[in-house]
Amino acid sequence: MTHTRRLQLKTIPLILISIILGPLGNVFLGKAMKSVGSLTSGRILDLVPIASRAWMSGYIWLGISCLLIFFVVHMLLLTWADYSYVQPATSLSYVSITILSYLLLGEVISPLRWLGVTVICLGVFVVGRTSPSTTGAPKRA
Amino acid sequence: MREAVLFFFIVVAGTAGELCVSRAMKGIGEVHDFSPKSILSFVLQSLRLPWMWLGIALMSFGFFSLLAILSFQEVSFVVPVSALSYAVGALGAKAFLGERVSRNRWVGIAVVCLGVTIVWWSRR
Repeated sequence: MTHTRRLQLKTIPLILISIILGPLGNVFLGKAMKSVGSLTSGRILDLVPIASRAWMSGYIWLGISCLLIFFVVHMLLLTWADYSYVQPATSLSYVSITILSYLLLGEVISPLRWLGVTVICLGVFVVGRTSPSTTGAPKRA
Repeated sequence: MREAVLFFFIVVAGTAGELCVSRAMKGIGEVHDFSPKSILSFVLQSLRLPWMWLGIALMSFGFFSLLAILSFQEVSFVVPVSALSYAVGALGAKAFLGERVSRNRWVGIAVVCLGVTIVWWSRR
C-alpha cells in the first residue's frame, strides 16, 4: 500500500466523522434549547430557571460531548492533513446540518434555504482552496 | 432584531475569541512533540497567557449566545448564518494578526456572504 493511499484510508473516515459529529452536536443543542423554553426576555433573573433547566437537560451534554469529540477529531486530522484539504471537505457539514435538522428536528427546509446552504458550501470550498499560511513561514515541500 | 443582536455576539465574540487564542498560540510557538508530558506543559503554558483567557471568555460568550438563539430559532437557519464568521475572521486576521488575505479567499468570503443573505431571506 502506498503512503498516499494509507493516508487517505485514515483521513476520509475521520473527515466523514467530523462532518456528521459537529452538526449532530448542534442539532442536540437545538433540541435541548427548544425544550427549555424560549429565551425572549431580556431580564437577567428570567435567565436563571432557563439556564438551570438547560444544565439538567441530557441533550445539552450529548451535544457538548459530540462537539468535543468533533474538536479532537478535527485537531487529529490537522496533525497530518493540510488545512487547505480539510477545510473544503468539511464545508459539506453545512449540507449535513441541513439534512440532520430535517430528519431529527423535523425542520422544514425551503428551496430558498437549500440554495443559500449550497452557496455557503461553495464559498467555504473556495476559501479553503487558498494557501493556509500567508505570514511568511517557509513552505515545506 | 433580537436575532441580529445574538448573531452579532455569536459571530463577533466567537471570532474575536478565536483570534485571541490564535495570538496566544503563536506566542507559544509550533508544537513538534506530542508526548503527554509536553502536551501538558503546553496546556499549562497557554493558561498563563492573558490572551488565552480573554479568548476563552469571548468564545464562551459566543457559545451562550448560540444557545440563546437556538431556544427560539431553527438549527438549519442559525448554523448557516453563523458562517458569517469567515468574513469577520478574515477581517480580524488581517487587522489583528497581520495575515495577508489573498484575492481568491476574498472571493470565497463574498460567496459565503451571498449564501448567508439567501439563508437569511428564508427566515421564518
